[in-house]
Amino acid sequence: MIHILKILFRNTFRHKLRTGLTVLGICIAVLAFGLLRTVITTWYMGVEASSANRLWTRNAISLMFSLPIAYQEKIRQVEGVKFVSHASWFGGIYIDEKNFFAQFAVEPATYMEAYSEYYIPPEQKAALLRDRKGAVAGRKLAARYGWKIGDVITLKGTIYPGTWEFVLRAISRGTRRDADETVFSFHWDYLNETLKKTAPARADQVGAFIVVVKNPDTAADVASRIDKMFKNSLAETLTETEKAFVLGFISMSQAIITVIQLVSFAVIAIILAVVANTMSMTARERRSEHATLKTLGFGGFRIATLIFGESLVITMAGCALGIALTFPVAQVFGKVMGQYFPSFNVTGETIWLDFITSILVGLLAAVIPTWQAIRMPVAEGLRRIG
Amino acid sequence: MGDTDPIVQLRNVSKSYHRGNLVVPVLNNITFEIANGEFLALMGPSGSGKSTLLNLIAGIDKVDSGSVEIGGIDITVMSETDLAHWRAANVGFIFQFYNLMPVLTAYENVELPLTLTGISRRQRREHVELALKVVNLSHRMDHYPGQLSGGEQQRVAIARAVVTDPTILVADEPTGDLDRQSAEEIMDLIDGLNRQLRKTIIMVTHDPRAAKKAHVIRHLDKGVLDDTHPQDTL
Repeated sequence: MIHILKILFRNTFRHKLRTGLTVLGICIAVLAFGLLRTVITTWYMGVEASSANRLWTRNAISLMFSLPIAYQEKIRQVEGVKFVSHASWFGGIYIDEKNFFAQFAVEPATYMEAYSEYYIPPEQKAALLRDRKGAVAGRKLAARYGWKIGDVITLKGTIYPGTWEFVLRAISRGTRRDADETVFSFHWDYLNETLKKTAPARADQVGAFIVVVKNPDTAADVASRIDKMFKNSLAETLTETEKAFVLGFISMSQAIITVIQLVSFAVIAIILAVVANTMSMTARERRSEHATLKTLGFGGFRIATLIFGESLVITMAGCALGIALTFPVAQVFGKVMGQYFPSFNVTGETIWLDFITSILVGLLAAVIPTWQAIRMPVAEGLRRIG
Repeated sequence: MGDTDPIVQLRNVSKSYHRGNLVVPVLNNITFEIANGEFLALMGPSGSGKSTLLNLIAGIDKVDSGSVEIGGIDITVMSETDLAHWRAANVGFIFQFYNLMPVLTAYENVELPLTLTGISRRQRREHVELALKVVNLSHRMDHYPGQLSGGEQQRVAIARAVVTDPTILVADEPTGDLDRQSAEEIMDLIDGLNRQLRKTIIMVTHDPRAAKKAHVIRHLDKGVLDDTHPQDTL
């Protein structure tokens, strides 16, 4: 077997240019596949980061419709509810439209308690709670725009017209790897008091309630009780787990995810075609050598080992290079696309997927050439009929 | 087995090839014997069936009908796997174009058939060194085929053919790709294997000078042995 391995490895690098180009092709394909999978993973990151003890209550018609703030107290009294917070999408523009980031008007005290996976230094937390115009930004967001504590940040309202000024009082840091550190939030009271003066009809409304339950096992019952309570009211509610809420949000862009998934599968098909082409060329060129080996008494298993082995060596070399490149490229990609992807991290699952896919491609690409080499009559392989 | 006992016996061997719907007969009812230790040359025009006959004797092709017995064993009834094992133990091959593995050195090429035998690495080394000494190539054992001349490559192929001490040696145009001087050296070597080591040799050739080294020359024409042709028996 050592001889077979020796032939296998030397054969692999016999045509250095062809092997090199094939390895490069696989490397690029693995890199593209890894990045596309990371985009999908990042898209679903909110789902992974969601908590089992948080429910979201929104208007049953659509997220576009708000709920009266008066519901907060009623929900708080539902059996199984620990406390209630709320959040409203603000949708302001920072300097230019291209500077997109998520902005929420929240009730800071309860919001910070509900999202305890974000850490804010105590003195900053106190300063934020004291200042009605105070705001908190995620660490990555603050770094992106060079914001420092005390900076005045001006947003141009789109949903809530006008120019809104905030003072950055706190910078939050996620304690988990998948935490979104690009969110900007501020006092809902500041928004509401302004609305009372400028657009009273829109005041005392929130986008959604965040309901923290005492026991995650009772979440379904609590959700049912909340929705039952507002049945036949002017603003009926739909309460679901945070996971379901985020999934529902993601489903709005399902078509894009489906396209990305299809492209990632197309990339696999391309790798397969590239390796299969190389292996069939290789096997065809080595017909005479395979026939000679068979003449000398080498059986089908050893011939198969040669072809499968070469295919796997080429594929795994490309895979290793592709994986090695995925990390720095993802880092650059994450920085460039930071406003769309809060956290662009290559997961272990993606690497395993790269690895397993490459092995499958290596094996599949060798099937037909091996089958042909084993079935080839020895005399035909020697190409001489006298 | 005595020198006069037949080591190769062919009985009513026929073989044809299929080209689409067309059946091309290549060998037609061939019967003959080769004695142990004999050196037989098969001659004939291109397409006469001589290489096919050699392939059938060597167990790398299958008969349509008839039997091929080597050393008393009918190889036509063997499975592909059994045939592969049988070839590894009983047949040494010398090809026109040497058929060496280009990625292996001369030493590794000669060692290749021995890797199927299960003998130790030390024993393999002894056998390979002896075989390379027989063909006078000990000094080039670490060279790759691409670094050797045609004659040297054929000598490596001969060393590979004899290293397992096979029952028969089959050679298909062993001098067909060589210049005259190299061809003479190779034929002297093959002749020496027959005379000194008593190897049974069956050789296909177009070259009358090469054929003259054989004890017996048989002619094939259109798939039948041409008995009207004067047989050269030394």
